[in-house]
Amino acid sequence: MSAPTHRKVVVTGLGAFTPLGGDVATTWAALLAGKSGVRTLTHDWTETIPVHFAAEAAVDPAEVMDRVEARKLDRAEQFALIAAREAWKDAGAPEIHTERLGVVIASGIGGILSLLGSYDVYLEKGARRVSPHTVPMLMPNGPAAAVGLELKAQAGVHTPVSACASGSEGLGYAMEMIRSGRADVVVAGGTEAGVHPLPMAGFAAMMALSTRNDAPEKASRPYDKERDGFVLGEGAGVVVLESEEFAKARGARIYAELAGQGITSDGYHIAAPDPEGRGAARAMKLALADGGVTASEVVHLNAHATSTPAGDIAESLAIRGALGVDTDHVAVSATKSMTGHLLGGAGAIESVFTILALHHRMAPPTINIENFDEEITLNVVRDNPRPLPEGSIAALNNSFGFGGHNVALVFRSV
Amino acid sequence: MAHSVDEVLAGLAEIVEEVAGIPASSVLMDKSFTDDLDVDSLSMVEVVVAAEEKFGCKIPDDDVKNLVTVGDAVNYIVKAAQ
Repeated sequence: MSAPTHRKVVVTGLGAFTPLGGDVATTWAALLAGKSGVRTLTHDWTETIPVHFAAEAAVDPAEVMDRVEARKLDRAEQFALIAAREAWKDAGAPEIHTERLGVVIASGIGGILSLLGSYDVYLEKGARRVSPHTVPMLMPNGPAAAVGLELKAQAGVHTPVSACASGSEGLGYAMEMIRSGRADVVVAGGTEAGVHPLPMAGFAAMMALSTRNDAPEKASRPYDKERDGFVLGEGAGVVVLESEEFAKARGARIYAELAGQGITSDGYHIAAPDPEGRGAARAMKLALADGGVTASEVVHLNAHATSTPAGDIAESLAIRGALGVDTDHVAVSATKSMTGHLLGGAGAIESVFTILALHHRMAPPTINIENFDEEITLNVVRDNPRPLPEGSIAALNNSFGFGGHNVALVFRSV
Repeated sequence: MAHSVDEVLAGLAEIVEEVAGIPASSVLMDKSFTDDLDVDSLSMVEVVVAAEEKFGCKIPDDDVKNLVTVGDAVNYIVKAAQ
């Protein structure tokens, strides 16, 4: 059986709005410097929930977005639009027939701040005072629609929703749009803005969040023995994907190839990972097979690694299960140690990091490992960035979500 | 409470500036909400609800479609708030 022939998909633009910076350059510099974006919250509700910290966006969107535009957009939509504008500009604003241009912006929860804020208005002031912009602001496809409208995209606008795997699933969906010929260019990413007492109380009730209130910057500590849960983050990552043919014809700068994707589901538990990481391992194997990449070519992996006790170990087993002895030469980075967990934005921003790692040949560090958990059998990049080898190299980005969603993306250097 | 035409125009102009970002000084009686002031159908609902609160009147949804220009709205509100 011959392998299916695909149109190659390449990355030509990057955008980021994160707890570490309002753009890609600031975020990447902070990431390499090992800075934490986690802070004690200063909201009037902070003390009402058990967890008093999160990784909020480093920049107030109001600083970079027109006031009238911003008031009709949920915070998650604002993040996505700002990151999409950066990515589009970074790609050189490709001239393309709008019927050949698609948008895929994923989200885990959608416009939850607008949903809950509007409910407060309804309770306090009644139905008449509920804004007519409420529904476009709360719908999970709102960020994709906002980006699609801005670019007048007409090849399709989509929003995969798979909890914390959403962002990576977004890039995978976009890749398939290009491979199948539905589009030549797709703006793809993920966004989330859920720093609010309700989702935080819900995650806390699941015992999923770190409660290290006395040292928030140390709270996100994947692979450390004392890790006690994830740290909620917010923000967006967006990339511009194109068929290689289209990108080359217009002379675009190419960061990397998005070579393959693997998507599986655990069928195990609504929130807990399969302790053996079987579904996750299969996702990585499928991604490598899909991209025609061998395990020996993989030199870097951006782990899902949320800093939960069970999740980090299951992923470690999965990585070794998928890559075997080649795991030893894979530089593993757990960037949530710095950004917190962007939920539906995580896979997208971590794809941006994976692409930059290949482009600059530099794996970002993992911070806050004070006592390395010996159950983790990975070659982890600790404290300082690590150079990646010359030549043709590949990198994986893992994302997993509540519901048992597993997505692995594989990128190749160009 | 009764309001003069000038009072209502000034108040409505403030609302349009807040909702649509059009400078209040450009919100004149002969301007069309949709064609001149960039107030789409959703934003028009915001303008109407804000005006109801500001001037203490009711503007039923059925009447909103007749408020094409700023002058239409000002005259409606002056009458409704009497």
